[in-house]
Amino acid sequence: MDWTALWLSARLASATTLVLIAIGVPLAYWVVFSRARWKFLVEAVVALPLVLPPTVLGFYVLIAIGPLSPIGRAYARIAGHGLPFTFQGLLIASVLYSMPFAVQPFAAEFASVDRRLLEASWSLGVSRLGTFRRVVIPLSVRGLVTGIVLSFAHTLGEFGVVLMVGGNLPGVTRTVSISIYDSVQSLDYAAASQTSLLLLIVSFVILACTYSLQRSVWLKPRH
Amino acid sequence: MAETAALTAGERRSALRLRVATERRFPGGLAVIASLDVALAPGSMLVLFGPSGAGKTTILRQIAGLERPDAGTIGFGADVWCDTARQLWQPPQFRRIGVVFQEPTLFPHLTVRDNIRYGVRSGSDRGRTGVGIGSDPVAEIETMLGIGDLGHRYPRALSGGEAQRVALARALAPDPRLLLLDEPFASLDAPTRLRLRREVRALLQTLGAPAILVTHDRSEALAIGDTVAVVIGGRVRQVGPVSDVFSRPADAEIAAALGIEAVLPARVVGSSGGVIEVAVGDVILHAAEREPIAPGSSVYACLRAEDVTLETRSAGQVSTRNHLVARVVSIASEGPIERVSLDCGFALDALITRRSREELALAPGATVTAAIKATSVHLVPRF
Repeated sequence: MDWTALWLSARLASATTLVLIAIGVPLAYWVVFSRARWKFLVEAVVALPLVLPPTVLGFYVLIAIGPLSPIGRAYARIAGHGLPFTFQGLLIASVLYSMPFAVQPFAAEFASVDRRLLEASWSLGVSRLGTFRRVVIPLSVRGLVTGIVLSFAHTLGEFGVVLMVGGNLPGVTRTVSISIYDSVQSLDYAAASQTSLLLLIVSFVILACTYSLQRSVWLKPRH
Repeated sequence: MAETAALTAGERRSALRLRVATERRFPGGLAVIASLDVALAPGSMLVLFGPSGAGKTTILRQIAGLERPDAGTIGFGADVWCDTARQLWQPPQFRRIGVVFQEPTLFPHLTVRDNIRYGVRSGSDRGRTGVGIGSDPVAEIETMLGIGDLGHRYPRALSGGEAQRVALARALAPDPRLLLLDEPFASLDAPTRLRLRREVRALLQTLGAPAILVTHDRSEALAIGDTVAVVIGGRVRQVGPVSDVFSRPADAEIAAALGIEAVLPARVVGSSGGVIEVAVGDVILHAAEREPIAPGSSVYACLRAEDVTLETRSAGQVSTRNHLVARVVSIASEGPIERVSLDCGFALDALITRRSREELALAPGATVTAAIKATSVHLVPRF
């Protein structure tokens, strides 16, 4: 069993999830409540990773963070090394790749909150942001949990993007799915099956917990 | 801060002027063109009355700031809430209003207590501005509405009437300058509706805040309205004191919307044997007792013109309870029907056929007896 790869995947998935909470909640809020006409463009961009082959996404991220792009050069000047084939580079790619898995459940849940509750809150003198914090967020716990779990599980299982952007450096960018691929390539079926089974169980347990949690009444009291 | 409190107390004693002149066009040609200029006395109730789909709710939502007009102005007291020409718009947060919707729309994740205190800022001056109210005004409101011991429940465990009471308390708790009610009683059963109407009326008078009520229920408008604005087809057609507007609709369309009835302010003077006696000025009317009303109560006595019979000489012993001596003021022809306007101590119309008019040889100035069955006199108690 490749524990190093497993630990790396767990770290990557956790970091990605945290970044996605920080970016995804405001983005979902904007998508739901903005009246901008070009909102659909943002929605389409967010959803792109759902249909794009991971290799295509990985390719563009690689170019974007590479030494030929302004972003890549700026980062290299500050950090002293480039982004490709590092954990940070991998994190950027993962965040983009898992974006729809966070933003879409968040947005769907925000949008399902009864608009009249928002109007009641506004008329009681509470600002839009205050209303979001005190009404929308508490009533969106299910969607938030779903988005968080899906982001985590999706990052845990990503392969193509990692291969393109991260390569295969043990302890730095060799995630668990790459490790399984390597084991199969070197005909080490025992290691591959052990790691695969573990990943299968972990993913199943996470999803099962999420769905059971969503069933419970306390998350969203209804009248 | 002290200055603000003083101003508020001053506002509370005098009537506040509400001016609405807005225009809102909906896709499909519908338009709501609102024009209102009314003084709202402390504790008084303005009723926006009209058939469903007339635009009452649109007007109320514009006053609340939940909907923007395409053009126009809205002003309340010294504040300008909306002036599209000057690009002025106050969002609902800054209007200090309370809104109660048709459905209670309580926050389902908060207890009753937290719902009620949702809009009360910590450290607010609610206690000082709440004139006539004790040290904990929110608790007083809860007590007055009889929801003091529901505090720890969640909205889903409340009955419809309880939930609407909580919604009312929530709207009143932050000490609004104006309460807006969008058919808040419509989804309640009849006894609860009647009780809540009375409580709202009492609360407003205690708190001294004026209110605007949207309703299509005529008896509701009569029971708790002071001023009524009749809204038909997206226009405000007539504004005035309730009894004036209901008794003297400006045109036939308004009359149809209001129901053609004379609405007479009256006082209950006694009751016996299933008959209630009410005084309309100096004239005593007998009405069938449908519900007990205590002597001394203010009521509206409602009479339909088609229920008024005219006699020129006494017909002997009849079952009709009311026989009023009246002078014919004018006669107007409405096709085969003639509308006879009478003065019998108060203004009253009678609808009779042309043939009856000819047989009775009625002419302006003639003296007749207007007979009205006690069962045709409908009493609406005033709260």
